[in-house]
Amino acid sequence: MLERGRVANSWRRERWDSLRLLTPNWQTRLPGAHYAGPDPDGYMTRDDVVAFIDGYAAASRSPVRTGTEVTSVRTADGGYHVTTGDGVIACHTLVLASGACNLPSVPALREAVPASIEQLTPFDYRDPARLPDGGVLVVGASATGVQLAAEIHRSGRPVTLAVGEHVRLPRTYRGRDVLWWMDATGVWAQRHDEIDDLERARRLPSPQLTGGATLDLNTLAAAGVTLAGRLAAIRDGHALFSGGLRNVFALADLKMTRLLDAFDTWAQATGRDGEFAPPERYEPTAVPASSRLRLDLGSGEIGTIVWATGFRPDYRWLHVPVLDAKGLLRHDGGVVTASPGLYGLGLPVLRRRRSTYIHGIEDDAREVIGHLAAHLGL
Amino acid sequence: MTTTADNGVNVQALLEARDVLKGAPEAAQFTWRATSTWEAGVHSTTRIQNFFGLGQEQAHKTEAVFDADHPEVFAAADNGITPIEYLLVGLAGCLTAGIASVAQNRGIQLRSVRATVEGDHDIRGILGADPDVRNGFNDIRVTFTVDADASKEDIEALVAQSQKRSAVFDALTNPTNVAVEVA
Repeated sequence: MLERGRVANSWRRERWDSLRLLTPNWQTRLPGAHYAGPDPDGYMTRDDVVAFIDGYAAASRSPVRTGTEVTSVRTADGGYHVTTGDGVIACHTLVLASGACNLPSVPALREAVPASIEQLTPFDYRDPARLPDGGVLVVGASATGVQLAAEIHRSGRPVTLAVGEHVRLPRTYRGRDVLWWMDATGVWAQRHDEIDDLERARRLPSPQLTGGATLDLNTLAAAGVTLAGRLAAIRDGHALFSGGLRNVFALADLKMTRLLDAFDTWAQATGRDGEFAPPERYEPTAVPASSRLRLDLGSGEIGTIVWATGFRPDYRWLHVPVLDAKGLLRHDGGVVTASPGLYGLGLPVLRRRRSTYIHGIEDDAREVIGHLAAHLGL
Repeated sequence: MTTTADNGVNVQALLEARDVLKGAPEAAQFTWRATSTWEAGVHSTTRIQNFFGLGQEQAHKTEAVFDADHPEVFAAADNGITPIEYLLVGLAGCLTAGIASVAQNRGIQLRSVRATVEGDHDIRGILGADPDVRNGFNDIRVTFTVDADASKEDIEALVAQSQKRSAVFDALTNPTNVAVEVA
């Protein structure tokens, strides 16, 4: 096992200070390791996650070679040559578990932002106190964007949040964590080969959740965050926002309600309805009377743009032609069929919807490694 | 999903085209064209027949001719609708096509789909009467009345999805680079 830094490196180095894991503690488990502390319904802090993974590496006696960065992978002799700062490793099989969020994904229109504006990605951002004074434009309203918008707004800076398509979820529903429902009702057990549009499922933005209370757009707007449409262009020093805000609200509200309907149906069908608080429905996302279409980036109104526009994997070291046009690994449930002996793990909806989350690795790893062992003739 | 609904949309062909074009982005590049001629006053006619797509020249079965003019309250001859009203035509046509297609794909039988489209326009902009007023629409409202074998929520989802996949909704809600030159 090669690790470029220390165990849990990305959680040590690439996360902002206040981030908590989105899965509740009881759900944050690895094979043979689960949370045993006093707050099973809580959410781990960044340091807790580092300690959890670090502890798992030690307890499982995983043969991790830390400080070993892979600089190149090539096919060779019917297998692979993995070049590291520490020499070349020849192998018959190789599992890529380098993750889906190695680099912030920032739209090209960042090039048109005037130099007077400071631009940050979630990798650069640590806490609001380090931001320049003045207003902040947060671009993107998935988990990262809503969390940073709330935190920056609390620091006293005016925040405008540019909202494109998003996934709205309440943190708890009928007295249970919403991710409990995803697990219990079988949504997360859905296999990759049962999903209608797998590509879409794999690129679904992270739901608007925090490791805490429900944080939806109504909460943010009530607190004083200005909601604008998707950032569509920067032209002549002005940020231009889409006028389609109402519809992205409608799409997210409808999808959330359909999901909650499915939870209620499941509770009834399984005879468990009485275990939970009564069904709830939430207020539709309130549409501003007139959503903002334009922001003059030269006016001094904002000093910072935070790009909460997602992440992408970094395969610049992978010299095997197994990426698609968007730079994502082509694989069938973790099996890279175009290059025998090559596997992926730890990617969104790899084999099931659960694969996106930490506890999804157990079944995925067993099945992928089963394939790998068969490939080796074991 | 039922397959008995028939809204007259060949969804199968659209889904097949989507699969093919995923792997052939160059064939997905279309160019739509119109040619216009000044008639007199503020009246012009615009003709549309040919376009480019799927890697070659294409043509509508027949040429369509559109008169654009302005109403008498604009001191014009009113030989046709106002150019900005064509945007309402485009938006209604696009969203309605989307509703029919999405309904077909979801197995929802439509009986009627009606829309009223309104665009609020402060004409002080185009008259140059107030530099703070924009030339185009300030707000557009579309109200659909849909009679279909579906719940209210399913109909709302159809209308939402049709906006999500609408070319004209996108063109009106997002900026587009427009180059106007003299030949």
